[in-house]
Amino acid sequence: MRREPPQRLVDYGPLVFPAGMLTVFFVVPFATMIAVSFFQRQQGGFYTPAFVFDNYARFLSLFFGKVLGFSLFLAIAVAVACVVVGIPFTYLLSRSKRNVQIVWLVALLSILSLSEVMIGFAWSTLFSRTAGITNLLVWLGLMEQALALTPSFTAVMTAMTYQAFPYTILVLYPALVRLDPTLTEAARTLGASPVKAFFTVVVPVLRNTILATLIMVFIFALGSYLLPQLLGRPQHWTLSVLITDQAIYQSNMPFAAAMAVFLVLVSLALVGLAFYAGRQKEAK
Amino acid sequence: MSGLNLEHVTKQFGTFTAVNDVSLSVPDGTFVCLLGPSGCGKTTLMRMIAGLDLPTGGAIRLGGADITQVPTHKRDLGMVFQSLALFPHLTVGENIAYSLRIRGVAKDVQKARVDELLAMIHLPGFADRSVNKLSGGQRQRVAIARALAISPKLFLLDEPLSALDAKLREAMQVELRQLQQRLGITTIVVTHDQREAMTMADTVVVMNKGEIRQAAAPVDIYRRPADSFVADFIGQTNLLPVEADSAGRARVLGQAVEGLMLSAGATKGVLSVRPEDVQLTAPGNGAISGIVTFIRDLGGAIETFVEAGGQQIIAVSSPRSRPEVSVGQQVGIRLDPMTSVVLAK
Ligand SMILES: Nc1ncnc2c1ncn2[C@@H]1O[C@H](COP(=O)(O)OP(=O)(O)OP(=O)(O)O)[C@@H](O)[C@H]1O
Ligand SMILES: [Mg+2]
Repeated sequence: MRREPPQRLVDYGPLVFPAGMLTVFFVVPFATMIAVSFFQRQQGGFYTPAFVFDNYARFLSLFFGKVLGFSLFLAIAVAVACVVVGIPFTYLLSRSKRNVQIVWLVALLSILSLSEVMIGFAWSTLFSRTAGITNLLVWLGLMEQALALTPSFTAVMTAMTYQAFPYTILVLYPALVRLDPTLTEAARTLGASPVKAFFTVVVPVLRNTILATLIMVFIFALGSYLLPQLLGRPQHWTLSVLITDQAIYQSNMPFAAAMAVFLVLVSLALVGLAFYAGRQKEAK
Repeated sequence: MSGLNLEHVTKQFGTFTAVNDVSLSVPDGTFVCLLGPSGCGKTTLMRMIAGLDLPTGGAIRLGGADITQVPTHKRDLGMVFQSLALFPHLTVGENIAYSLRIRGVAKDVQKARVDELLAMIHLPGFADRSVNKLSGGQRQRVAIARALAISPKLFLLDEPLSALDAKLREAMQVELRQLQQRLGITTIVVTHDQREAMTMADTVVVMNKGEIRQAAAPVDIYRRPADSFVADFIGQTNLLPVEADSAGRARVLGQAVEGLMLSAGATKGVLSVRPEDVQLTAPGNGAISGIVTFIRDLGGAIETFVEAGGQQIIAVSSPRSRPEVSVGQQVGIRLDPMTSVVLAK
C-alpha cells in the first residue's frame, strides 16, 4: 500500500472526530486552567479575570521549592523501583509456562480494578501496629513487639509502587515476550553467565521500552495525591496534594491552577530531556 | 582421549524421546554434518553439545574432560544460530568483540582481533556499521566471525545457511569449508540439505527419529548406505525387493543378478541402486524387462521412468549417452553388482 500525504481538505475528514474530542476534553480544560492561573483571587472564595503573576510569584518560595523537589523525587523513585523490580519479574514470567503466565497476569491486572482509596487503606492496615505485618514477625519471633510502619516514606513508596506495578508489567510484557530468546542463548555461548547476558543483552536491547516505562510510571506517580496523605507525614506530601488542598479546601483556584500548570511544564521538560538523552545514545 | 565424544546421550521431553542413545566420536579438526529430516533431533543434539539443554542420560566429553554438566558460558565454544542472533544494539565490531569484552580482554587487543576477523570474512572496514543494515550474506559472515573471536575448541552451526538463496548458499558452503580447513577447528553443522552435507563434511551423520542411522564419509554414505532410510535420504535411489533363490543367488523382480550376493543366511532384503547406475538395454537376454512410462529431460541429465514388476525404476543418463527409447516402449534393465547395495531391510 502506498502512503500519500492528504491532497485536499476532504482527505483530512477522518481526523475531525479525534481532533474534536482532543479539543473538547483536553485543549479547552487545559487552556481554561492556564487562563485561571493568571486570574486575581477574591477573598471569600472566587476570582476575577485579570492578568497577574501573583499566583506564580507565590510559590517561588523555599517551601514550594521543597515540595516540588520532593514530588519529582518521589515520582522518579517510584518509576525506578517499578522498572527495577518489573524487568526481572517480567523476564522470568515471559519465560515460564503458559498457564503460570496467565495466573500471574490475571492477578496483576485485577489490581487495576482497585481504587486508590482502597489501596491506601489496605496498606495503612497492613502497616498498622494493631493489625499489620509486624504482628506476623512478632509471632514468628523475629521482632520484640509490633510497631506502626505508617506514616512513613517507605509506606508511601510501597503503596505507590504497588499501584503502578500492573501498568509497568503491561508495558514491559509484550516487549519481553517478543524478545528473541536466542539472543541470550547466543550471549551464553559467547561466554556470558545468565546474569551477565541479562545485563549486556536484554537490558540494552529493551532500552527504549525501559525509557517509555520510566516516563509512564513517572507521570502516573506525579498525579498521585491520596496515598501520600494516607500513608505519609506532611513532609511527604506532594505538589498534587497541595493542589487538591488549594483547589478544594482553600478555594484558591488561581493558585491551584498555577501550581498545576507549573507541574505540567516541569514534567514535560523532564520527559523531553529523557527522550533527548535516549535519542543521543541511539545516534552514537 | 581427545576430540569430542558423545556417550549414550539421551534427551527426553516428558515422555517423548527427542534424542535416543546417541554415541559419536569426533576427532579434533574434523568437520561433521548432522543430517536428517525435520524433527529428528539434530537441533536438540547440538544444543546439548553447547550446554543450552542438559541431556537426561549419557555423557559428553571434550578433550577428555566430562563437560556434561558444565554451563554453556564455561565451555569456550562458538555457535552460530539459525536466526543468527546478532545483537541489534551493537555494531558489527561490537558484536564480534562481545566474547572478548565479556572475558575482559584489553580494548586494543579486541580491536586488532576484530580487524583480523573482518579481513577473514571479507568485510574489512565494516566495524562501525549497524548490523541491522547488512545483507543476509554479510550478517551470516558476521555471525561466523563473532563465534570464532575467541578461537574456540569447538564450532557449532545450526542450519547456518538456510536463510540464504541457493547461489549464495553454495558459495558460503565452499567458503565455510575452506575456513574450517584453514583454522583446523572441530566443526559440527546441522543441516537438512544433503548436498550441503556432501560439500562440506569429513563425516556425515545421518539421523532419524532421534537415532544415528549412519556416520561415515560422504562417499561411503552415498555408495554404501547402511540401511534403506539412509539410501533413500541421501540422493535419489531405487529401492527394489531382492530374494535369494535356492542356489543362493540374488533375484530381483524375477531375474537373477549375476555376481550379487545376499548376506549369509538372509533370504530377503532390499536392493539400492542409484539411478545413474541403472543401464537401459534391449529387452530379454537376462535383463529385467519393463515399460517406459515417462521421460524427463532436465538439460544436464535425462531421467527415464520405467515400470517393471509393479515397481518404478528411475534411470539417469547424460545427454551424450541419451537412450534411444520412447514412452510406452519395452526395455531391458541391467543392474551392476558392483554399484548395487543389498540392505538388510
Ligand atoms: N523444548 C521442547 N519440548 C518438547 N519437545 C521438544 C522441545 N524441543 C524439541 N522438541 C521435540 O523434539 C524433536 C526434535 O526437535 P529438534 O528441534 O531437535 O529437531 P530438528 O532435527 O532440529 O528439526 P528441524 O530440521 O526442523 O530443525 C521434535 O519432535 C520437537 O518437537
Ligand atoms: Mg533444528
